[in-house]
Amino acid sequence: MTEMTLTSDGRPRRASGSIATRAVLYVLLLLFAAYYLLPLFVMVVNSLKPLAEIQQGNMLALPREWTAAPWVSAWDQAQIGIQATGLAPYLWNSIKMVVPAVAIATMLGALNGYVLTKWRFPGHRIVFGLMLFSCFIPFQIVLIPMARVLGLLGLAGTTPGLILVHVVYGLGFTTLFFRNYYEAFPNELIRAAQMDGAGFWQIFTRILLPSSGPIIVVTVIWQFTNVWNDFLFGASFASPASQPITVALNNLVNSSTGVREYNVHFAGAILAALPTLIVYVVAGRYFVRGLMAGAVKG
Amino acid sequence: MTLATAPLTTDRPVARRRRVGDALPQIVLAPSFAAVIVFVYGFILFSIYLSATSSRLLPVYDFIGFSNYVRLFQLPNWTLALKNLAIFGSLYIAICCAVGLLLAILIDQKIRIEGLLRPIFLYPMAISFIVTGTAWKWMLDPGIGIAQTMHALGWESFSFTWIKDSEMAIYTIVIAAVWQSSGFIMAMFLAGLRGIDGEMIKAAQIDGASAFQTYRRIVIPQLKPVFLSAFVVLAHLAIKSYDLVVAMTNGGPGRATEMPSTFMYSYTFTRSQMGIGASSAVIMLMMISAVIVPYIYSEIAGEGRP
Repeated sequence: MTEMTLTSDGRPRRASGSIATRAVLYVLLLLFAAYYLLPLFVMVVNSLKPLAEIQQGNMLALPREWTAAPWVSAWDQAQIGIQATGLAPYLWNSIKMVVPAVAIATMLGALNGYVLTKWRFPGHRIVFGLMLFSCFIPFQIVLIPMARVLGLLGLAGTTPGLILVHVVYGLGFTTLFFRNYYEAFPNELIRAAQMDGAGFWQIFTRILLPSSGPIIVVTVIWQFTNVWNDFLFGASFASPASQPITVALNNLVNSSTGVREYNVHFAGAILAALPTLIVYVVAGRYFVRGLMAGAVKG
Repeated sequence: MTLATAPLTTDRPVARRRRVGDALPQIVLAPSFAAVIVFVYGFILFSIYLSATSSRLLPVYDFIGFSNYVRLFQLPNWTLALKNLAIFGSLYIAICCAVGLLLAILIDQKIRIEGLLRPIFLYPMAISFIVTGTAWKWMLDPGIGIAQTMHALGWESFSFTWIKDSEMAIYTIVIAAVWQSSGFIMAMFLAGLRGIDGEMIKAAQIDGASAFQTYRRIVIPQLKPVFLSAFVVLAHLAIKSYDLVVAMTNGGPGRATEMPSTFMYSYTFTRSQMGIGASSAVIMLMMISAVIVPYIYSEIAGEGRP
C-alpha cells in the first residue's frame, strides 16, 4: 500500500518516508508529462531532419543535420492529391471556412441563449433540449441528406457550403454556452432596465453583451477548435478547391504514391495543429472552461 | 462535448412583454430552431426513410421495410465493426478513466508544478485527430518508429508490429485515443476532487485511515457523478470516432480496424450501398441516443428543483 500524503485540506501529513513518497509522486507525474509530450517532440524533431536520417531509425534523436526543407515542402511544394501545392492553400481554405462559421454560430448562440433565459415562452425546455441533442448526434446520420441539400442549394464542394454545415451543427453548443451563462445573470438588472423603457434589443446590447466577454471567448475558442479540427464534413462535402487543411494533411500522409516523406508529414501535421495549439497556449484557461462546460456539477 | 445546465431560477419570463402577442423573442430564435429542426431532425427522418429503401448509388424512393437491417447484420464487415467498437470503446473508456483518475489524484497532492503539468496533460484535446493519427501512425510504424528507435539504441530483439497486425491493430487506435482524451478526463476528475468537502477527509485521517483507504472508501465514491459524465463523454466519442481511424489505419490492415463510422462512409460513398449505409447510420444514432438521451433528460428535467 502506498503511503500517499493527503493534502486536500490543511497541511500535508508528513508521514515517515514522505520525502521518498513525494519523490515517487514527482517522478510519476514527470513520466506522464513525458508521455504526453512525446508525440509533439517526435513531430518537431523529425520535421527538421533529412529523410535519410529518419529512415535510418531513432525517432528520438535530435537531427544530426538540421534542415528546414521539410517545412518548405509542406508549405508550398508537397504533392496533395494530384497537385504539388503544399498545404498553404488548404490552410487558407480552413481560415476562410472557420472565421465566418465561428462568427455566425457565436452570434446566433448569444441571441438564442438570451431568448431562452430572459424571454421564456411555453415549451422553451423542449426547444433547448432539441438543440442540445443536436450536439451529440453522429454526423453520419445527416451526411446523405446534407450532400443532397448542398447540391440543391448549389453549395456542393464550396466553402460557403462548409460554413453552412458548421454553423448549423455548431448552434447546439453555442446556444448551450450562452444559455448557461445568461441563466446566472441577475434578472433584477433586466427588470430595472425594462422599467426604464429598454426593449428587447437594448437590453441585449446594453446590458447583457457588455458583460459577455468571457463566454464569448469560451464559445469562439470552442467553435474555432471544433471547426478547424473537423475532418468528416471536409472530407464529405469539400472539393479539392475548398478542402480544409485536415483533409489535405490526410491526403498528404496517406497517399500511396512515391517515397514516404515522413519529415514532410510531420511538418505538415504541426502546421495543421499550430493554429489551435497557439490558441490553446494563449487562452488555454478558456478552452478548458469550454471543455468542461459544467461537465462536473456542483 | 459535455453538457449540464445551470439551474433554472424560475419558469416565468424574466422580462415582461409590453403587449400581448409581442413575438419578437420567438422570431429571433426561430431561424436557429428551424435550422436545427430541418438539418438535424428532418435529416434524421430522411436517413431513417432511406434505410428502408433499396437506394444504392442514388436515393430511390421505394419501401423495402427492414431488409437493409437484416442484410446489415449479416455482413461480416458490420459485425466486425461492432466488435471493434466494443473492444475500442470499453478499453478507451476504462483506460481513460483509470489514467484520468490517477493523474487527478497525483496532481491533487499540492504539487508545486501543477500549473505547468496541467496544460501538458490537456493540450492533446486541442489537436485534430488527423494530426494525432499521423504522429502515432509513424511512431508505431515498425519501419521507422519506436521499434527502430529501440534497435538504434541497442535493443536488437525489440519488436512492435501491432499496427500492421490485423489482430492487434485496433489496440494501437486505443493507444492514440487514450493519449488524446485522458488529460481531459483528468481535468474532470480534478474538478470533482476539488469539490469534495475536506472535513470528511480530515475526520477519516484522524480516525487513522491510510491515504489509500481514504481514497477508496471516501473520496472515490463521491466522484460517482464524475464517472457518469466521463462515461457519457467517452462513450459518445468512441461511437463517433472516425478521423483517428482514417488517419492511423484507414480501417486496415485489410478491414481489421473497421468501425461503424468507417463502415457507414465506405458503404454509402464508395461501395454505392446507400440503403445499407443509411441503416448503419441509424444504428449509430440509436447507440448514441441510448447514452445521451437519459443524460440530457435528467439534466433538463432535474432543473428548477432544489
